[in-house]
Amino acid sequence: MLIPYDNENHPVTGVYNAKLGIWLFLASEVLFFGAFFSTYILLRIGAGGVAGAWPLGAELLNVPLATINTVILITSSLTMVMAWASLKLGKVSKFQIYFAATILLALAFLVIKGFEYGEEFSHDRYPSTSTFLAIYFTLTGVHGLHILLGVAVNVYHLFSAKALYQENPEKMVNRIEVAGLYWHFVDLVWIFLFPVLYLL
Amino acid sequence: MIEFARSMWMPQAASTHAGQVDGLIGWVHLLMLVLFVGWGIFFFFILVRFRKRRNPKANYEGTHSHLSRWVEGAVAVIEIALLFGLSVPVWARVVANPTPAEEAMTIRVVGQQFAWNIHYPGADGVFGATSVDLVDAEANPVGVDRDDVMAKDDIVTVNQLHIPVDTPIRIELSSFDVVHSFFLPEMRVKQDAIPGMTIPLSFTATATGEWEIACAQLCGLGHYRMRGFFTVHDQAGFNAWMAERVAEVEAASQPKGFFD
Amino acid sequence: MHNNGHANAEGHGHDGHGDHGHGAPESFIRKYVFSVDHKVIGIQYGITALVFLFLGFCLILLMRWQLAYPEQALPVIGRLFGVTRMPEGVMLPEFYNQLGAMHGTIMVFLGVVPLAVGAFGNYLVPLQVGAPDMAFPKLNAASYWLYFVGGVIMLISFFIPGGAAKSGWTSYPPLAVIETAGQTWWLLGMVFLINSSLLGSVNIITTIVQLRAPGLKFMRLPFFVWAQLVTSLLLLLAFPPLEVAGFMQLLDRVAGTSFFMPSGLVISGEAYTGSGGGNALLWQHLFWFLAHPEVYVLILPAMGIVCEVLANNSRKPLYGYKALVYSVIFLGFMSFVVWAHHMFLTGMGTAISTFFQLTTMIISVPSIIILTVMILSLWGGSIRFTTPMLFALAFIPMFGIGGLTGLPLGLSVADIHLHDTYYVIGHFHFVVAPGTLLALFAGIYYWYPKVTGRRMNDTLGRWHFWPSLVCMVGTFMPMFVLGMAGVSRRLYDGGATYAHAQDYLWINQLITFSSWGLALAQVFFIVNFFVSLKNGEKVEDNPWQGTTLEWATTSPPLGHGNFEAPVTVYRGPYEYSVPRAKRDFSPQHLKRI
Ligand code: HEA
Ligand code: HEA
Ligand code: CUA
Ligand SMILES: [Cu+2]
Repeated sequence: MLIPYDNENHPVTGVYNAKLGIWLFLASEVLFFGAFFSTYILLRIGAGGVAGAWPLGAELLNVPLATINTVILITSSLTMVMAWASLKLGKVSKFQIYFAATILLALAFLVIKGFEYGEEFSHDRYPSTSTFLAIYFTLTGVHGLHILLGVAVNVYHLFSAKALYQENPEKMVNRIEVAGLYWHFVDLVWIFLFPVLYLL
Repeated sequence: MIEFARSMWMPQAASTHAGQVDGLIGWVHLLMLVLFVGWGIFFFFILVRFRKRRNPKANYEGTHSHLSRWVEGAVAVIEIALLFGLSVPVWARVVANPTPAEEAMTIRVVGQQFAWNIHYPGADGVFGATSVDLVDAEANPVGVDRDDVMAKDDIVTVNQLHIPVDTPIRIELSSFDVVHSFFLPEMRVKQDAIPGMTIPLSFTATATGEWEIACAQLCGLGHYRMRGFFTVHDQAGFNAWMAERVAEVEAASQPKGFFD
Repeated sequence: MHNNGHANAEGHGHDGHGDHGHGAPESFIRKYVFSVDHKVIGIQYGITALVFLFLGFCLILLMRWQLAYPEQALPVIGRLFGVTRMPEGVMLPEFYNQLGAMHGTIMVFLGVVPLAVGAFGNYLVPLQVGAPDMAFPKLNAASYWLYFVGGVIMLISFFIPGGAAKSGWTSYPPLAVIETAGQTWWLLGMVFLINSSLLGSVNIITTIVQLRAPGLKFMRLPFFVWAQLVTSLLLLLAFPPLEVAGFMQLLDRVAGTSFFMPSGLVISGEAYTGSGGGNALLWQHLFWFLAHPEVYVLILPAMGIVCEVLANNSRKPLYGYKALVYSVIFLGFMSFVVWAHHMFLTGMGTAISTFFQLTTMIISVPSIIILTVMILSLWGGSIRFTTPMLFALAFIPMFGIGGLTGLPLGLSVADIHLHDTYYVIGHFHFVVAPGTLLALFAGIYYWYPKVTGRRMNDTLGRWHFWPSLVCMVGTFMPMFVLGMAGVSRRLYDGGATYAHAQDYLWINQLITFSSWGLALAQVFFIVNFFVSLKNGEKVEDNPWQGTTLEWATTSPPLGHGNFEAPVTVYRGPYEYSVPRAKRDFSPQHLKRI
């Protein structure tokens, strides 16, 4: 049994099913992170009156490491685009290189984030220490989980790509496109997280 | 309308704003009743008139009447009228802008699992300092700092709210632990008591009586028995009650005698 | 077209799954347990949800005993619950609160939504849009299994030390944060249920947008499909904030954070040791941002079902189909901006309370339009009082009562007296029980022949209907009296402690008797449901002479793939009694009228 528009674009909506699906999913993700940001704003306003209740991110957190991480994630978005473009042009091995680079960059991000966490812990700063740290750890933790999920899916794609591409190139290209959309979204979230938590 | 609402099983109304609450409840219920009965009769008529036996062949076109739009429009207009005519002004006057502390008798109420702590400022009219570190369920339920001069005459009771009639009362409501809801049915007063917030409310009792404080928000296994006692005295009765409490406080704070 | 459901004629549901169609019969497990066919998944959802509905009902029956006869031993079965719950058969307040919280949770998240969206949505949406399956069949199976696991977690929580969650289905902190471990399980269960709903709603929306048969324009969709579309959008956008809130409450409980715990708490005489600095109201905002749209999730599919049944049994098109569609879209949109009407008494200024009162009054208008459309649609019809029709008709005034009693609650000054009383309980049960439940029963009676090829017994159906209707009114109507009298909800003893409730305690018994009657009436349904599976009257493919696409295939539908040949749609969904047509119904997929 074949599902219509599994691969080809719907004449009216102009997208295939998975693409609409991922856009819908991302819409819900916007509300997901939106709720976290609202929490951040509310708690910060609530702390407004009390001196020292809301530390400046830069006082506690490692801004240089986070800056490096920002660069890493943006780069990984670029390699992601390159990977998709290569596959679309049929250059499978080039795709594999770019795609592997994306995964490695994501892992690098996680490792650096791990160092940052370690540094906080070594200063006895835990989620239970203050509401600022609570929201910091929760937001970055949830974002980290999104990265991890992306890595898991991408690793699967990396190893299954070649076979599936030979069988059904269109389908594989679509899969990478969908993975890419997710990846750009996760990057975008970090672009918001970084200033909000570290700089403002 | 107030009578209509009262006839609908509501408890005695004994505060200055109770009539306005009941009036609104009465008017909305009248609207609801009219709508329900009107639509109900029409609905029933259709069911009988267009049953298969009476109308074996359906009419593709159905009705062309636009009467329903008028009805819908009218309902919307009435709803808006009730909202801006009754609800918003009363809310602004009674709930959102409670009587300022200078013009009212001010009492602090602090909810806790499962009791209402009532804190009167005493003769000086000023609340003494309190601290959560001093809280002791038996001896010092709201943590009054008795070393503070302002606190010397403060009066604290558990589950005993006494007020004089015809006097504006301002209650500053908060909670020690979880969310409670301070409910005086006869006063038409209900306000959530939320930890971390102090929410003022005010009312003026118009009749004397002995009633209860209910807790309206689920606050744990004792929610159902988180009941306080609420007495509205005439002025003399209130003064007498207050004098007794003052005497108690003074007795407790006397320096201990040599033989004690 | 793309739609080549290559079902072999002899094997019902027996065509190999697409790529791996190697002819060998599939194992039972693959076909009925881990199936990816939307019809099987729909049935799985349906059975599971009915079991949970039944369970949710049992929980409330236990509570109703305690409310009618506070602190008296429940005869016979009381002792079975053990000393931590009902020592000597007398219910403890702890257990009462568990039952209350879990009744609400189970009914809403494990009963009605999975039945309305998971079962009806899954089974019917692909059929009604003429698709071979959902857009993402594997995701569909995943959402069922997430739901299943979430449900199991909720059930297990009854058996852990301290028992299940006891802070109400609303789980307000700080109470929920300091309660026993059951709350942690509740939060975990909710995370599964939320993710299940998210996957399910992505699937339904994509299916409706992408997989409609040629000719099936949006304005030709059956209203049921519209209702599912809006419902899914609500689920998609309203649930994430609750998931966030759930995460944060979980962290407050297990990681010592203080998202919802303000500074300076004193709990049982001890100063709270967390960092403080949180906000107890934050949870309420996030919760109601979900939970208000959620209540429309409970009602919209029901309205969809009712419209289908009404049109079919009055043999004429719906009056004002467009008004219906625009109303439901507007309703969905507005439902995101009314949430704080659940929070009028949390210390709200005039401006904010006016805003939320205004939006609440506005949102009542599309509901009124929808109800009006339903009633006016009957005008000129040739009404057949079949069993599904009885349930669908009863929905109208019952939802009417529930909806109308929402109006005083939506006016903040009236809500001062009514908030958190049994008036609120009465209000929403009228919409969800005699409202939604009756509509869901209508749907079950109506589509049972589609799913099984047999009809449910009509006499038993009537015996189910009339007592259910009477007992539901008897259960929920007296609650308004209690509420007016100022009796709070969630009281373990039903108000026996309070002086102002004394004159009304007999009403608690009346309600309890009615709910027993309601329980008895369900016996007719359960018997009918199971006996008809084997002995029900066999029907042809289109027993109700319906017009929508689900009747364009066999009953039960062919195996995976649904339609023998791709269908094309030529007209709107409810072309009944078209002038000059030979028959009084003109199916969407036939070129001739
Ligand atoms: C399916 C569920 C559902 C639906 C549809 C609604 C619909 C509405 N609800 Fe309700 N509500 C709940 C479920 C629902 N609600 C629940 C579960 C709670 C409590 C949660 C908790 O605290 O635990 C609640 C609580 C609740 C409150 C908070 C009360 C409080 O806690 O103090 C408020 C306040 O504004 C409110 C208002 C409304 C309004 C204005 C509507 C409107 O949309 C209604 C509009 C409809 C109409 C106006 C009907 C039109 C009638 C006719 C046309 C007449 C027809 C008559 C005949 C044919 C005879 N609801
Ligand atoms: C969809 C939601 C829903 C539904 C349908 C119901 C249905 C019912 N509810 Fe409930 N209820 C809630 C949602 C719901 N409730 C919520 C959210 C609360 C608030 C909880 C809280 O305080 O936190 C609540 C609270 C609540 C209370 C208040 C408790 C308190 O405040 O202390 C009461 C009291 O009587 C009550 C009663 C009932 C009754 C008698 C029914 C009856 O209508 C039930 C009838 C059920 C059926 C008719 C189903 C029958 C099913 C079958 C027969 C299945 C057959 C199976 C197979 C064929 C396999 N409910
Ligand atoms: Cu305090 Cu309920
Ligand atoms: Cu609501």
